Order: sequence, then C-alpha cells, then structure tokens
Amino acid sequence: MSGQKEQWGSRLGVILAVSGSAVGLGNFLRFPGQAAANGGGAFLIPYFCALLLLGIPICWAEWAMGRYGGRKGFHSAPSILGVIGKGAFWRYSGVIGILIPLAVSFYYTFIASWCLGYFYAYATGGMTIDPSTAIATQAAASTSFYEGFTGFSENGLFFGSLGIPTIAFWAVAFGMNIFLIMRGISKGIEKFVSFAMPIMAVCALIVLIRVLTLGTPDPALPDQNVMGGLAYMWNPDYAALKNPQTWLAAAGQIFFSISVGFGIILNYASYVKQDDDVALSGLTAAATNEVFEVGFGGLITLTASFVFLGLSGTIAAVSAGTFGLGFQTLPVVFAQMGVFGPVVGAVWFFMLFLAAVTSSISMYQPAVAFMQEALGVDRKRGTWFVVAICMVGSFMVIYFTEGAVFWSTIDFWIGTFLILVLAMLEIIAFSWIFGIDRGWAEIHHGADIKIPTIFRFIMKWVAPAYLLIVLVAFAVTNLPASIAQIGQQPMAQLALGLLAAVLLVLMWIVRLGEKRWRDLGMDLDGKEHVSSGGAS
Amino acid sequence: MTIGGWILLVGSLSFVWGLAGWCYYKILTGPDK
Repeated sequence: MSGQKEQWGSRLGVILAVSGSAVGLGNFLRFPGQAAANGGGAFLIPYFCALLLLGIPICWAEWAMGRYGGRKGFHSAPSILGVIGKGAFWRYSGVIGILIPLAVSFYYTFIASWCLGYFYAYATGGMTIDPSTAIATQAAASTSFYEGFTGFSENGLFFGSLGIPTIAFWAVAFGMNIFLIMRGISKGIEKFVSFAMPIMAVCALIVLIRVLTLGTPDPALPDQNVMGGLAYMWNPDYAALKNPQTWLAAAGQIFFSISVGFGIILNYASYVKQDDDVALSGLTAAATNEVFEVGFGGLITLTASFVFLGLSGTIAAVSAGTFGLGFQTLPVVFAQMGVFGPVVGAVWFFMLFLAAVTSSISMYQPAVAFMQEALGVDRKRGTWFVVAICMVGSFMVIYFTEGAVFWSTIDFWIGTFLILVLAMLEIIAFSWIFGIDRGWAEIHHGADIKIPTIFRFIMKWVAPAYLLIVLVAFAVTNLPASIAQIGQQPMAQLALGLLAAVLLVLMWIVRLGEKRWRDLGMDLDGKEHVSSGGAS
Repeated sequence: MTIGGWILLVGSLSFVWGLAGWCYYKILTGPDK
C-alpha cells in the first residue's frame, strides 16, 4: 500500500473542504460578470439547468468514485479512474486530474498573492486613490497600482528591486499552502477550512450589508442607487436565451465554480470513511458554493459598482473581465465609500484571499497524494516533489507576465478546455464502464438521502449528451482562434511546452506507480468488485 | 426593477439558501456515524 492512512476528522470537515475548494474568486467576480453579459437574470435559467443536469450529477459521480477508490487504497485521479474504468487507458487519462489542479495552481497562487497584497495595502493605508479627483483619474490610479502589482506591462518586472513586495506576497501565499499541505488532510486542510469558511461567510455578510444599505449616496445622481444596481444585474433579457453562447457560458460557469472536472473531489472523497454518506455531503458542498456565488456574488459586486460608477462605468467594468472588475474597478468603488472604504476594501480582499487559499490548497493536495501512492514516499517527501514542479511553473508564470499571455494560455487549455474533457471521461467511466447500476448503488451506500430516481437517467444519458454538446460547441467557437494564437505568440508556445513537460513527468510517474501497485498486489485494474462489506 | 427581475432574484436566492439550509439541517440532525 502507499502508506496513506489519512481520513477526514469529521463529516462537516470534508464538506467545508470541498466547498472551500469550490468557492473562489470566480464566485464573487466571474459569476456576476458572466450573468450581466449574458442576459442578466435570464442567465440564471441556463445556469440552474447546468447545475441540475451537469454539475450536481457529475459531483455525485466524483464523490462516489473517490470513496470507492479510497476503499481500494487509491487516492488520485489516475489510480481511481484506472479502477473505475478498469484499465490502463483510464489510468493514463486520469493524469489529466493531476495536471489540471497542478497547472492551475501555477497562476492561482499568484492571484491569491494579489488578494493578500491588496488586503495589506488597505490595512496599512497603502491604497491611495483620491476620491476628490475625477473618476477617470481614480481609475488611472487604480490601473497603475494593479499593473505595478501584477507586472502585466513587461516580462521579468518582478526580478528586480521593484518586484520584491509582489514576490514576498507570493512567497507567503505559497508557503502557507505548503505548510497546510505538509500538516495533512485532517490537521492541515480540514483545520484551516473549519476556520476560513465561517470567516469568509462573515466577511461576505459584512460587505453585503454595507452594499445593500448604500441607498443613493449622491443625491445629484438619483439613478445610481442600490435598486438600480440590482436591476442591472437581475433584470432579465430573455432574448439572450436564444443565443447558444449564453448556455455555453452558463455551463462553463458551473464547471469553473463547483470544481467538477478538476480531479480534486476524487482525491478529497477518497479520504471519506467507507460507510459515510456521499450523496448528502456532495449536495451540501455544491449548495454551499451556490450560496457564496448567487447569494453573495450576485448581490455585492455589480450593485456596488453601479451605485458609484453608474451604468456606463459598470458596463465598462464587466467588459474589463474578472480581474479588471475585481482589482481595478472595485478599488475605485471602495474609494467612494468615505471612511468605510478602506475597511470594506480590507474585509473584501481578506475574504478573497481566504477563498483563494481554500481553493489553492485543494490544487496541491491531489498531486501530493499521487506522488505518495505512485512513488511510495511519505507526505513530506511527496510535498517536496510537488513543490519542485510548482517552483518551476510558478516562477515562469511570475516571470512571463507581459499581457498575461503565458498564464492565460494555461488557463484556457487547462483551466477551461481540459476540465470539460476530464468531466466527460469521468461521467462515461462512472455511468457506462463502472455501470450506472453499481454507480447508483455506490452513491446510495451509507447515504442520508434518497436521490430522486430521475437523476439515474440524467447521469447515464442527459449529462453525457449535454456535456458532449457543450464540449463540441466550445471547441467550434473557441479552438480555431486559440490554435491560431499559439502560432503567433511565443509566450503561448512556451506555456504549452511547460504543460507538455509536466504531463510527460506525470505519465512517467504513473508508469512507476503501476509497477509498484502490481508488486503490492493492489487491484489497479478494478477486477475485484468491492462492496461496503469487502470484496465479493 | 422589473417583475421578471424580482421573480428571478427572489426565486434564485430562495433556491440556493433553501437548498443549503435543508442540507445543513439534514446533516446536523442526521444520525451520528
């Protein structure tokens, strides 16, 4: 065996860990932007369809596959998919479930360090945007701070004296992740999320209350009020529902948001006790994520922007994308809040930092578990292997910052496209190879709820078909331009070269793992059916 | 805000808060394994 005997300390612990993995910057920044750009309130119709027909069913499949793999002594996507899919093809395909979180961590921890840096700037008075100047001047000051902090103006900016603060914040964020990973599942990840998630909820509530009580701050601009902000976000444009792009954006947001197709849930669920429920736990984790996304993200971000920047300013903020909205527009919004501004800014970016760290630790953990079980090393040594890979990837992300091309390439191919591919592989392996009969029984083993039988049909037929449509539509609308971009941009080629190198290393480790698992007599091809009571 | 906006806002918030509330109620009052 791999020597991994770890388990979650409590049921609530694993639920909060999976929720923490799912709740990230996308809940507060990406979701409202996507909704506003794709039909406002009408966006919620395809959004909830994707949640019920794709997100939650695949989520249940991942939880069940993870617990089943854990029962056989496996804890990573390659080994678990090898058992579920019964063979080497699925085992090697499962490498995607290590590559995705690992490669996303290269830039995600960097973004987490921005949140920490912004929090520090607000807490120490370092965010100097003068609200008495024109909005355009404030926006320029905010953009200047952002570009100075992120280094988007040129490559290698951080490897001089100017970059010391940014590198220092990254080192703190990365070190914090590694410290928690080293401590293990229960003492590290679970303990941290048990504090972080409630604190995040309180922070979000504080900011929400402040935003909803803003009223009409400038009597000279009576249209710029809270109701106007809510109307901008929620008034439906039903014509958007006729546009396939709206449905694609909604499905993409669900995948991005609830962390299905990352390989993370497979790993986390493998540490669940054999007879513990996964049906209610999986649903609770998804529901928690939705509260943060729709309940907080859908009310805070664009409402605050509208109240202070008006309709045109908010439209510009949405078109600036997730990071433009979060790191350039919102500082201008906070500057208009008077004495409350720095406090709200500090609370907001502290919450985003916690959200980012609860997500980033879940990106390192699957790779560490994979190293442990494939190479037969302890957690400490497995962590150092992962640190070595991440140091290379992260330093390349931090060095090649110009125009964000390098990490945007990773984000597109890994953080968007491969997520859909892995989810497709997972639902086919679960519903068709493992079999929906066994899969349904596996989900309900130890379950505290009875899932409506319609979901059995959804998991076998609807989810794979829906996902296939999404995957094909995504490929047709996005891949040609992205492939053309590779030929034109050396930074994109370099990013793909890095990903190919990491992929080869991971494949080689699977090869080593196969030999080790066979030597140990483990059932790596899933030939023995293991029920709750043992082998049968 | 339009009536459609209100319906979608209240409906969406009720759904996510209701689902989360029901889930945590079931967990906190369920059998201790």
